[in-house]
Amino acid sequence: MAAVDRADEPFRLTDIWTNQRSRSLVIQIITLIVLLLAVSWIVNNTIRNLSDLGVETGYGFLWDPASYDINQHLIDYSSRSTHARAALVGFLNTALVAVTGIAFATVLGFIAGVLRLSPNWLIAKLMTVYVEAIRNVPLLLQILLWYGIVVNALPHPRNAAEPVGGFFLSNRGFYLPRPLWEDGAWLIAAGLLAAVAFAIWFAGHARRVQERTGRIYPVLLVTLCVLIGAPVVAFFLAGSPVSLDWAELKGFNFVGGFSVKPEFFALWFALSLYTGAFIAEIVRGGILSVSHGQTEAAHALGLRPGRTMRLVILPQALRVIVPPLISQYLNLTKNSSLAIAVGYMDLTATIGRISLNQTGRALECMSIVLTVYLMISLLISAFMNWYNRRIRLVER
Amino acid sequence: MDRSGHQVHEKVADMRPPITSVGWVRWLRENLFSSPLSAALTLVTAYVLYLLVPPLFGWAFLDAVWFAASREECWATGEGACWAIVTTRVDQFIYGDYPADERWRAVLAFVLLLLALVPILFDRVPGRARWLVFSLLYPLIAYVLLIGGVPGLPEVETAKFGGFLLTLVIGVTGISASLPLGILLALGRRSDLFIVRVLCVGFIEFIRGVPLITLLFVASTLLNYFLPPGTSFNLLVRVLIMVTLFSSAYLAEVIRGGLQAIPGGQYEAANSLGLSYWKSMRLVILPQALKISIPGIVNSFIALFKDTTLVIIIGMLDPLGIGKATLSDATWQGLSTEVYVFVALFFFICCFSMSRYSLYLERKLHTGH
Repeated sequence: MAAVDRADEPFRLTDIWTNQRSRSLVIQIITLIVLLLAVSWIVNNTIRNLSDLGVETGYGFLWDPASYDINQHLIDYSSRSTHARAALVGFLNTALVAVTGIAFATVLGFIAGVLRLSPNWLIAKLMTVYVEAIRNVPLLLQILLWYGIVVNALPHPRNAAEPVGGFFLSNRGFYLPRPLWEDGAWLIAAGLLAAVAFAIWFAGHARRVQERTGRIYPVLLVTLCVLIGAPVVAFFLAGSPVSLDWAELKGFNFVGGFSVKPEFFALWFALSLYTGAFIAEIVRGGILSVSHGQTEAAHALGLRPGRTMRLVILPQALRVIVPPLISQYLNLTKNSSLAIAVGYMDLTATIGRISLNQTGRALECMSIVLTVYLMISLLISAFMNWYNRRIRLVER
Repeated sequence: MDRSGHQVHEKVADMRPPITSVGWVRWLRENLFSSPLSAALTLVTAYVLYLLVPPLFGWAFLDAVWFAASREECWATGEGACWAIVTTRVDQFIYGDYPADERWRAVLAFVLLLLALVPILFDRVPGRARWLVFSLLYPLIAYVLLIGGVPGLPEVETAKFGGFLLTLVIGVTGISASLPLGILLALGRRSDLFIVRVLCVGFIEFIRGVPLITLLFVASTLLNYFLPPGTSFNLLVRVLIMVTLFSSAYLAEVIRGGLQAIPGGQYEAANSLGLSYWKSMRLVILPQALKISIPGIVNSFIALFKDTTLVIIIGMLDPLGIGKATLSDATWQGLSTEVYVFVALFFFICCFSMSRYSLYLERKLHTGH
């Protein structure tokens, strides 16, 4: 021990550097000083620049009228609404494309990941082509490609393609019939709720019966029948309270119905396809990480392939799959900021671009955008840490 | 012995295996028609492919027009793709606005890049040590070659960089600068020094929490506020800094994974040999940690290379930007599919070969235990 040997020696200045503890203290103090100097330099510069330019600072501008239009808004919005409302509309648009994209990407990824391990050569190769082709091409390029295909290759609304009656594909967007809820429609919702409640109870009941007697109920079949049947029965009992609002061609464009804009479609489709390819690799890796002995053991117990997958393989694979899966969800959400390339008005495009250009409040606008994204990702990583702790294998 | 009791000398010929268990019939049975479900899937997929592939092939090759002066001319001659939009502007796609007389410098820099990569990618080349010195000097050589400003090489503004040249400049600089930075950040995140650790964690989490686009916006709109009044500095340099910082945060997380996978005994063994912190990292820990993290590192490089396309959003002309500019020209409007497919092909070739190289490296370094 160096400290003990030198106990009687006089203190020398070099000890500060040769002693590990004092050295680490010195390094940290120096780091801190450099950091503080850098921060104060930047703050100082910013203050000087702002006063030189004579721009006001502060978030007050958020309550001024935004005076620009947003073509897709989930809540009421007009060009007289405030910048704050524009930001909120943008945030909701980001959330919309993120949530729908995550749903589609997950379905796509799980199907592709499982099929890549299929014994069927053609299917497995096809999925490999999908994954490799999509993963190795920039997402921005794919968004622009799909947008270009919709806008250039699809016909003008006047001679829109109609693959199924009431569904129109045109270069201004896709049009679907929109359900109109009339009096008594609540009965359908009530029927659905009752069905969900029954399904939950039935699953628990079936498990208890199986644990007690070993009898297996066809849970999936019963649940599906009830979930579909109850709303349908409620629909007729209430006297068909739902009518459809069909899209109609009036003049140069469609009116009515439910429309999907090309910007949204291109962004949503490209994001899902791209993230789906990454999820497929994660799912494949997760399934491969469960040793083959587990499958054999399950078969030896007499479980059929479907049950082997559901009861033995998947629960173990999910432990490996879920953490990277969630970080893919986060990536999808952040990548949705590429919306700006096709003019989909998300958070970055509204407050981070148009509001910024109109008001010149770069500092304020960018800080809002950065904070929102940061909050989303911190929330998701907090959830991920919690989940990781919960599913961690408890070892001896 | 045969039935009558006589000795039989000649061997009875082997029976041939049933036709269903050899050759291509067996392969088909096992791989395409192993069960009714599998057979149905095969047939449906084959039918869908039959519907899709021949028309696509026809569009891309058989009916395509390779040379024409405008889209009307294209459409008059062929039904398929109009590759003329790419062939007439191929120079732009490669060099951007780089002056025509100086393009040999870009070509030379590219050839030298390939030469500089050889000793880094393959470790069994003769004279590797001396060759590596050249690789280390390469950034300087490339800088002088591309930007110039020395006698004999007139200066070229970076605003004129474009096309694949710009992609390669951003990609290669980003990759080579972010790796060392990523390693430092990963070490900092696992450091015992509290302040260093907090700094690194804060930096990494901040960068990973926001989209690259917003960081590029910061670079193009906010950076001027943070610097002393009157400083203006090159857009390309700003982009390079942002891309490098962005990529280094992701690399740091990948490398941290590798560091965590190294058993604690390795750290203790290095300490007990009396190695200093930096020596133990350089000689014992990092070689093992980096080896484990190679797939992740290459994935980050691929991601960085793909992310270079985002520079179009702040107005730089990479191949995608050139494509968009071409499409806004009335002679070529509406041919977006051709342009994007062409640019996609370039990125696919680069990224796919990077991922194949990483597989090769993984197999080579898999020493096992």
